[in-house]
Amino acid sequence: MDLLSNLALGFGVAVTPMNLLYCFIGCILGTLIGVLPGIGPVATIAMLLPATYALPPVSALIMLAGIYYGAQYGGSTTAILVNLPGESSSVVTCIDGYQMARQGRAGPALAAAGLGSFFAGCVGTLILAAFAPPLTELAFKFGPAEYFSLMILGLIGAVVLASGSLIKAIAMIVLGLLLGLVGTDVNSGVARYSFDVPELTDGIGFVVVAMGVFGYGEIISNLSVPEDNREVFTAKVQGLWPTKADFKAMAPAVLRGTALGSMLGILPGGGALLASFASYAFEKKIPMKPGEIPFGKGNIRGVASPESANNAGAQTSFIPLLTLGIPPNAVMALMVGAMTIHNIQPGPQVMTSNPQLFWGLIASMWLGNLMLVILNLPLIGMWIKLLTVPYRWLFPAIVLFCAIGVYSTNNNTFDVWMVGAFGFIGYVFIKLGCEPAPLLLGFILGPMMEENLRRALLLSRGDWSVLVTRPLSAGLLGAALLLVVIVALPSIKAKREEAFVED
Amino acid sequence: MKIKSQKDFWSGLMFMVVGVSFAWGATFYTIGGAARMGPGYFPLILGILLAALGAFILFEALVVETEDGEPVGAWAWKPLGFVIAANLLFGVLLGGLPGLGLPAMGMIAAIYGLTFVASLAGERFSVKENLVLATVLAIGSYIAFILLLKLQFPVWPTFITG
Repeated sequence: MDLLSNLALGFGVAVTPMNLLYCFIGCILGTLIGVLPGIGPVATIAMLLPATYALPPVSALIMLAGIYYGAQYGGSTTAILVNLPGESSSVVTCIDGYQMARQGRAGPALAAAGLGSFFAGCVGTLILAAFAPPLTELAFKFGPAEYFSLMILGLIGAVVLASGSLIKAIAMIVLGLLLGLVGTDVNSGVARYSFDVPELTDGIGFVVVAMGVFGYGEIISNLSVPEDNREVFTAKVQGLWPTKADFKAMAPAVLRGTALGSMLGILPGGGALLASFASYAFEKKIPMKPGEIPFGKGNIRGVASPESANNAGAQTSFIPLLTLGIPPNAVMALMVGAMTIHNIQPGPQVMTSNPQLFWGLIASMWLGNLMLVILNLPLIGMWIKLLTVPYRWLFPAIVLFCAIGVYSTNNNTFDVWMVGAFGFIGYVFIKLGCEPAPLLLGFILGPMMEENLRRALLLSRGDWSVLVTRPLSAGLLGAALLLVVIVALPSIKAKREEAFVED
Repeated sequence: MKIKSQKDFWSGLMFMVVGVSFAWGATFYTIGGAARMGPGYFPLILGILLAALGAFILFEALVVETEDGEPVGAWAWKPLGFVIAANLLFGVLLGGLPGLGLPAMGMIAAIYGLTFVASLAGERFSVKENLVLATVLAIGSYIAFILLLKLQFPVWPTFITG
């Protein structure tokens, strides 16, 4: 069994004391930012990227991955106890989870979320381990034309499945692609759009964009809403263990959520957020048993299913990153950045050239999930206390960590000025209803896309039809076109808007 | 003509202006042909595409009816100004401004500066609270970033350390 020997290799890497420690740190940080509303995994990973320079690449990636899936656990705690999504992927958990807390059943709700997440995390990790090798084989058949088409599909997929206006999201991608081109052109050595600023010839730092747009942009927009009085169910969490009836109701919901979440995680543009929305909508369609509490009134299925789905989606969204080198969402785009910082070119060759890294990361995810269950269920009291920390103490700390993170990327104050500029730009985006996530994806993919397009057209002697005459490439472009057409259909458009109203 | 969606109108305009600027900028570089793309080729295409998308969004904003006109809403100048100012102050205090003859004050001073200015962005401000918060952050950052992660930061003002 290849799978078993590979996993054994992975566990050999992940179970070293140092990697266990970084996995643990990642999980703690993830839970922390998951619990705290107003700061998400994107900003946190961007903040910590520079700090991972000194670490070995495996440890760095293990820790950063832990932040992402850890945030999925932490987000549910806040959703259930405070009726605020600690994480955007926990928005739907608020609906039934908070109602359960009001009825004094916060314990079972937290347990359903935690156990469901753990199950989904295990399954997601297994799927990742099983599907990565065959997909990698496929990826080796890809030429530059296929890569270019795949990136188009990935970018289109990312906006089609996201919320908000489609055309604005596409414009944000193009803007991101353009920003990604700033700096020295690798083929000609010409410094593009650098305005003779020496720092700009290296390109705009990607930490700078992520931190400015996500970190500062979000803080500013959070502060512009007055702090409301939130009702926190801190003292009332008792009787954590769900009853037998609870288990019976939540087990099938967890299974459905896991299956749906795993599938949606693999899709370009998928990941935790989409998975939780879709599974809640799906769960509502399953017929009710007699005497069951309706959805929106504290049904345990409404907590178990989306929480399983978001965790499964978080795990499987690593598949496109690790096999094809294409990030399906903003967090994965940051992981590309993290890999490049450590001189690892993301793509199919990672598995063959760095098997320790590849399988070590996968194995660490399972260990991380185990740590998270322990962190989040028996130790729940600690996180609840955290919820009582007011935002006015938190945001200066967040601003500070952003500033320190940005400075330490290049030990250069120029980046600090740039992040200020991008903070302003990020706030403008929020005000104008333009989602920043597609911008970040485009920013990462810009140079890669140009490079592959150049190579494809060089090989075809300038013939653009190469993109549609090669069958794989044509298929990928066709799929992208199909996605746009489907979403543009009026009936689907209405459904899509309906699905994101809670956003 | 009445604007039907303020948000879309301004974002469309923004995309158009940025797209046109990038496309115009691209003409200063070698464009080349499809088989041998120059550095200006890809940005030129993208710039034109962005401008076209912007124009479409702008057109939609003028034509398609919306319920409430989608106003942009009030600008939160206070948080915006103070958060950005805190960030800039951090840079100035940490690295100094050699052009203006300002010496580098180091990380500790920069943390105090940033915490105070950033806190002004919030609704409540108390000097005592801020001193405590800044001190906690300064000690925490010193331990985490300097002692544990060994990042290269100027910690103290240069005129003290030399």
